[in-house]
Amino acid sequence: MIIVKDVTKRYARAVAVDHISFSVAKGQIVGFLGPNGAGKTTTMRILTCFLSPSAGTASVAGFDILEQPFEVKKRIGYLPETPPLYPEMETAEYLRFVGKLKGLSGADLEKRVNYVCERCFVADVRNKLLGKLSKGYRQRVGLAQAIIHNPDVLILDEPTAGLDPKQINETRDLIKGLAGDHTIILSTHILPEVEQTCEQVLIINKGKLVATDSVRNLQARARDAETLLLEVAAREGQPDPLLVQQKLEGIPGVSRVLCTDSKDSGLIFEVQSQKGQLVRGDLARAVVASGWDLCELRPAARSLEEIFLQLTGSEAPQS
Amino acid sequence: MRNIWTICSKELRSYFVSPIAYLLLTMFALIFGFFFWNALGYFVIAGLEMQLRGQNFPMNVNEQIIRPLLSNASVVGLFFIPMITMRLFAEEKRSGTIELLATSPVCDIEIIVGKWLAAMILYACLLFFTALNFAFLFLYGHPDWKPLAVGYLGLLLQAGTLLALGTFISTLTKNQIIAGAATFGVCLLLWVLEWTSGYESATWAHVLAYLSVITHFESFAKGVIELKDVIFYLSGIFLGLFFTARSMESMRWRS
Repeated sequence: MIIVKDVTKRYARAVAVDHISFSVAKGQIVGFLGPNGAGKTTTMRILTCFLSPSAGTASVAGFDILEQPFEVKKRIGYLPETPPLYPEMETAEYLRFVGKLKGLSGADLEKRVNYVCERCFVADVRNKLLGKLSKGYRQRVGLAQAIIHNPDVLILDEPTAGLDPKQINETRDLIKGLAGDHTIILSTHILPEVEQTCEQVLIINKGKLVATDSVRNLQARARDAETLLLEVAAREGQPDPLLVQQKLEGIPGVSRVLCTDSKDSGLIFEVQSQKGQLVRGDLARAVVASGWDLCELRPAARSLEEIFLQLTGSEAPQS
Repeated sequence: MRNIWTICSKELRSYFVSPIAYLLLTMFALIFGFFFWNALGYFVIAGLEMQLRGQNFPMNVNEQIIRPLLSNASVVGLFFIPMITMRLFAEEKRSGTIELLATSPVCDIEIIVGKWLAAMILYACLLFFTALNFAFLFLYGHPDWKPLAVGYLGLLLQAGTLLALGTFISTLTKNQIIAGAATFGVCLLLWVLEWTSGYESATWAHVLAYLSVITHFESFAKGVIELKDVIFYLSGIFLGLFFTARSMESMRWRS
């Protein structure tokens, strides 16, 4: 659906995007991840034909962004970082205006306006001035605006930025609901968002693409040796941490055991196993056989955050 | 064509839902009304004096009221044009809505013409108030309407040139004040260029004076349509809109 080939964008003093290539299949949600100033917005602006690349090319739905920008624009819905709203317009009027710009008219236009109002939960502010809307509503009107002409491709630049947690969840659900009908690229610097909404991740840093993979593969990649979290409790009082540690270390395949935390009745251990060794069953049996209770046993999956930091080698992103 | 109208009606709406349009209309009506009142008062006194002295010098409403007033309107218009055009692109650039326009399947030139047309329509609304004043002349006298119509054509053409230049200047900045001030400077300069011809008869002075938008209005005020003046204004409009288009195009490369 989207093919980007060697796209470079140079500004007067800096290279914003440096030879980026990737492709996105139809119906996918792709997360475009990177620290601030990594080149996410620039890449998206190039895809939407707002900016022209300095070198390289891209195509959307089979149309080249330089040769046939008109056809590309017809097939793209774009939500910029700040929703492009006219404060003096009312919601429905604004959506009608955008619809007309995108080539809708007559009954079709009315139908789409009603549809996106319902879909993006802005029907209750139809007749309010956009300038008076709260941030959450503005963002949703922005989304409604992006899907009004039912585009094949949706490009969303930080769609959840500046929203409160409830609104973030609503917006994420909304975006997930839109997948399938649309191919979606969304940029963010918020990691859990990618883990929750996207199937595929593109990590970009300083204008360069540093990783492209599915979310699951990326998580697996970071998990070179399995780490397990184990909560052990005793019937009466706490089990002796040293004893437990010795017991666990005695299991073949376990490389390291650390007591990381203690709760009122239980102790939490972090157990690292050697690569390719399955030790969970042995761990459980050993604990139970020693007369302790096994309260919890789960893999400590490294979050995408660590992978992200490892790949970008930058300051911690906001989460 | 449809897109031009979509953009134009949106611009008109934002002029008329905000105080901009009403403020400009009120100010223009007041200032022009004052000019009209003065011109009329002068005309009446002059007429009385003629009668007292027993002279029978012909008094002409067209020559003595309408013509100077049209020239006044064209100068007052110069001051209003920056206020009409300064927001056209600067505001869109500042609020980010330019991204919506530039990523919609609409040609740049449709956006530009739409916006310019909206500015023209607002200017025409200003002129409508001058017409209200002139209507009184028709109620109580018998002026010739044809020179007046030609005068309006000239006013519109002159404004078209300046509005196109203002539209261009508005694409250069995110700041409305800068756009407004620069447009005002250009309008003023294009007016005073004409003064050189007053004392200097060298070729360069003629060239400068020829570039003045006021020079070309004089024949329209007289009620004469001169082809060279029409062409001057039309090429001014074309040039302004052409620069605007190039400026929008360059946004895609610089940003």
